[in-house]
Amino acid sequence: MISIQNVSLTFGETNVLRSISLELSERRIAIIGANGSGKSSFARLLNGLVLPTEGDVQVDGLNTRDKGKDVRRKVGFVFQNPDNQIVFPIVEEDLAFGMKNLGFSKAEITRKTEETLRRYDMLELREHPAHLLSGGQKQLLAISGVLVMEPDYIVMDEPTTLLDLRNKRRIARAISALDQTVILATHDLDLIDGFDRVIGFEGGQICLDGTPADVIPKYKEMMA
Amino acid sequence: MLDLYVSGQSFLHRCPAGVKLLVLIAVGTVLFLFNSITPIAVATIFAITLYPMATLSLARAWAQVRPAIWILAILFLVQGLLVSWHIAVFIVLRFAALLLLAGLVTLTTRSSDMIDAITRGLHWLRPIGVNPGKVGLAISLALRFIPVLASVTRDVREAQQARGLERSLVATVIPVAVRMLKMADDISDAIDARGYRP
Repeated sequence: MISIQNVSLTFGETNVLRSISLELSERRIAIIGANGSGKSSFARLLNGLVLPTEGDVQVDGLNTRDKGKDVRRKVGFVFQNPDNQIVFPIVEEDLAFGMKNLGFSKAEITRKTEETLRRYDMLELREHPAHLLSGGQKQLLAISGVLVMEPDYIVMDEPTTLLDLRNKRRIARAISALDQTVILATHDLDLIDGFDRVIGFEGGQICLDGTPADVIPKYKEMMA
Repeated sequence: MLDLYVSGQSFLHRCPAGVKLLVLIAVGTVLFLFNSITPIAVATIFAITLYPMATLSLARAWAQVRPAIWILAILFLVQGLLVSWHIAVFIVLRFAALLLLAGLVTLTTRSSDMIDAITRGLHWLRPIGVNPGKVGLAISLALRFIPVLASVTRDVREAQQARGLERSLVATVIPVAVRMLKMADDISDAIDARGYRP
């Protein structure tokens, strides 16, 4: 479970998040809100990429303040633009990067690389230059790069924003097939169909929290 | 466009990255010891023949030299006019041979193998504060983001052309720099998120 206790976040003079307290225990959680509402900053708090100005974030009892490395082992993060997440020029080298950082053996790296690429029908692209992949393939590679690290939670920050409809659907299928707990910040309300919980942000505060059936109609009304 | 690793099973593909880098350094040094055009011409022809031997096309060999063609042309003209045409041919051939050989190493070596070799090779610099792992990651990021930088530059140029600005260096460089700096922030977060510890 991820526990957020009285968290505030300030960048310079700007209050990005104000006194947020939440317990995240559902398998599929969506974070929605307008641009600048604080949802991306909130997502970044969950694996310690950003530390709160006040309050604490704990993942299965580990505080992001002093156990950042252990937290990031547990919580994978998928960014909006996969180009900013792919570090190595060749597909299989990029997948190996995270596993090497975690000290996986060479045999394990090879096995997991093949297993993950096969899962997304990308095995034949293992030696392909990453910059020549399509947008959808790049995002699947970014998700794969996180999956091979075997996290318990995956946080995604608008992973379908840059994609066309076909690739959006491909990513939606990939997300729904994940065994891990998924926390997804998005503008795409179709993507969160079937989620267990939806949290709405406005002005750095939680304005809505409930099931999709409760929250989405109210959110649409707010955005009208 | 930067050419990266092309998979294959040739002897050059199978040769360890460290050996290829050492040979490249040695040959690069030796090329500067010759004063005669004949050994340089032989080296250039040898570099070209290595491409088919590594199952790479001659078009790919040309692609290694093409990006530098204007620099080579200027070098040729300046040397030809100021020194002699013989020296101009000599210098251009030497640079071409170096480019072809360096390209061959990149095309037949996985970047991860090259980075591992560089990291091992720089280990002795650790006592004076050089972190070989960081150097390796920096090289990998450079290889990865050269095509991305080219794509961002193309986007910015197209956006400016769409707004009626045909050519402006400043109007290209500033937005590209801003976008790359923003990208650098995200990349650093992404590296952090994937468990990297220098």
